[in-house]
Amino acid sequence: MWQSLVDSIHNLIPWFDGGLADVVIILIKGLALIFPLIIAMAYMTYAERKVIGFMQLRIGPNRVGPLGLLQPFADVFKMMFKEIIFPTKSNIYLFLLAPILAFVPAVAVWAVVPFGEGFYIANLDVSLLYVMAIGSVGVYGIVLAGWASNSKYPLLGALRSTALLISYELVIGFVIVTVVMIASSVNLNTVVEKQAGGILNWYWIPLFPMMIVFWIGALVETNRAPFDVVEGESEIVGGTHVEYSGMPFALFFMAEYFNMIFMAMLAVLLFFGGWHSPFEGIPLLEGWFEFVPDLFWLLFKMSFFLFLYFWIRASFPRFRYDQIMRLCWKIFLPLTIVWIFVVALMTQLHIGPWF
Amino acid sequence: MSEMKNYTLNFGPQHPAAHGVLRLILELDGEVVERADPHIGLLHRGTEKLAESKPYNQSIGYMDRLDYVSMMCNEHAYVMGIEKMLGLKIPERAEYIRVMFDEITRIMNHLMWIGTHALDVGAMSVFLYAFREREALIDCYEAVSGSRMHATYYRPGGVYRDLPDKMPQYLKSKLRSDKKLEEINRNRQGSLLDFIEDFAINFPKSIKQYSDLLTDNRIWKQRLVNIAIISAERAKQLGFTGAMLRGSGVEWDIRKNEPYSVYEKLEFDVPVGVTGDCYDRYLVRMEEMRQSTRIINQCVLWLKANPGPVMSDDHKVTPPNREAMKDDMESLIHHFKLFTEGFCIPEGESYTAVEAPKGEFGVYLVSDGANKPYRVKIRAPGFPHLASMDEMSKGHMLSDVVTIIGSQDIVFGEVDR
Repeated sequence: MWQSLVDSIHNLIPWFDGGLADVVIILIKGLALIFPLIIAMAYMTYAERKVIGFMQLRIGPNRVGPLGLLQPFADVFKMMFKEIIFPTKSNIYLFLLAPILAFVPAVAVWAVVPFGEGFYIANLDVSLLYVMAIGSVGVYGIVLAGWASNSKYPLLGALRSTALLISYELVIGFVIVTVVMIASSVNLNTVVEKQAGGILNWYWIPLFPMMIVFWIGALVETNRAPFDVVEGESEIVGGTHVEYSGMPFALFFMAEYFNMIFMAMLAVLLFFGGWHSPFEGIPLLEGWFEFVPDLFWLLFKMSFFLFLYFWIRASFPRFRYDQIMRLCWKIFLPLTIVWIFVVALMTQLHIGPWF
Repeated sequence: MSEMKNYTLNFGPQHPAAHGVLRLILELDGEVVERADPHIGLLHRGTEKLAESKPYNQSIGYMDRLDYVSMMCNEHAYVMGIEKMLGLKIPERAEYIRVMFDEITRIMNHLMWIGTHALDVGAMSVFLYAFREREALIDCYEAVSGSRMHATYYRPGGVYRDLPDKMPQYLKSKLRSDKKLEEINRNRQGSLLDFIEDFAINFPKSIKQYSDLLTDNRIWKQRLVNIAIISAERAKQLGFTGAMLRGSGVEWDIRKNEPYSVYEKLEFDVPVGVTGDCYDRYLVRMEEMRQSTRIINQCVLWLKANPGPVMSDDHKVTPPNREAMKDDMESLIHHFKLFTEGFCIPEGESYTAVEAPKGEFGVYLVSDGANKPYRVKIRAPGFPHLASMDEMSKGHMLSDVVTIIGSQDIVFGEVDR
């Protein structure tokens, strides 16, 4: 798919030398990714409000446009026209750098996501390492925001996030190690390709506890309920967001949602067979569902995880900060380490179809 | 090396979990609370002083505005004080109506409490579920008094008027389909008592819904169990009342221990906690809602069987009926005197207390024989609770402060008065 696009661009502008054409292609690829991503993020906020509204006997947005469908755009325009307020005696450069530092990595991680067979922007051999590395940079945005705001609630939020994100990065890292051990590759494409051949070949079966740990870790990493202590509305008001208004706030907000979508995507890629159809290998159903494109299955599975975010948010009370830390260091970390040995053993003994 | 200093945090008065206008100065060591210093007075309206400048019957409305989520209970204490000093007997039907509305108020208050408490701890949905039921109760308020919150329904000598024979219904609107309209009006076909009866039948299911979401929830338990433990002994010393005291294991309920109105004739249990932590107080209040439903059921049965007057016919204190006033010279004079001058109360003093949803709500009246009180002192249950904030939150974390405020069920209308 991509290759034909590349060829057609080369044919379209033959007087380009190779280098310049590549730059144009990269730019187009980037836009082709970011634009749908922004739309997806905008409508995710809408979906969140509608889904949670439904769960809480409310209607949700229904004023702007039919069924409230234009609400995300109204929100965007509101954000754009709001004044950016700088707190007194804050460091303006750091204050503005923080949302950028939060936003850029949230977009950059998407470069290595495979949307289908050979359908990606970059096929890094170390894409899982890239994801881990870029993902960690996002923490700096939050920490800097807390520091640069020169305010007490944001500082508390920043301190909480520093401890939490670093701890859970460790847990997620270990979970990814188990996946890598099974797939014997750190390339996301290979990880997904190795899961081909039906629902039973996906990694959620051998790594079932790891999948749950990963998902809880994802909730923490994205500061979602019930682990939203960094924002903790009823405790520290809004955490690092307290002093932000207008577009800088919107950047934080978008970064959070990009991260949410990405974590849902990663869960699908690592444990649920990526773009593979769940009916692969099942005699009749496989034929019936052959016409469904790979991309649909990927987005379908991802949407389920996004729904899970909302569902969890509507159901659970918030954890206390030290309880989340205890969960990480005393339960998840030992569990993941033990499971690494279990996986190692399974790989050596060739148990199941996964190895 | 520089000296280590505690981190002082100004919690409120504009804070999502401050329940109004609590200003709490927190001294934090990291996130651990070293000292909590509540500053009050941001909602001070001088209720006690205002009451001194008005005839007795004109201050009932102020009582609604004290603890603005348990309005009629406050009225009850004040009105009972006046009746006690006048030696006024009130019809039994009025007593039953009062008790029924006291319990409706208790459920309303506890619904508000469970909603905000859960919201503070982070569970959003319970809040909206609680408000669904609260809406029905507010409609009962509206049906009897015309006002959804500040009812001024209890009057010296009885209640303002008898329960309506028809429950108001929802009207057609373009936002509601006919089917939906029929559904929401289904339990509003009969009288107010039918509506309340229907509510009392269905309400235990709603309580179960809240407790399904919370009671056995691991996170909820982690956040509430062993937070802010107050021993029975200490609770008494601190002047706790209501669910705060019962949560610590002291069996004290004014409705049982010093019964007023017709509580003696009604059957209900008083739930008591064991450890005195936030979770026990939560369980106590949840059970109180179930017991209140029981009381309401009994009152509805009695009220259905026993029609009668709801206002004393001592027209020095209670207004004569409208027709008599138009017809009869003496009634006209009574009416005029009552609504201009009010009534005089013989010299003396009285303290009357009711078991308000938050604890003992007492009104101390001093009369010098005039038509205005010489002094009104209001004993608000929230005040001693808030005063123990420091003791309760010491050593706990910032997030627990929020849990403790929720567990104390603070309302600033009564604390600041």
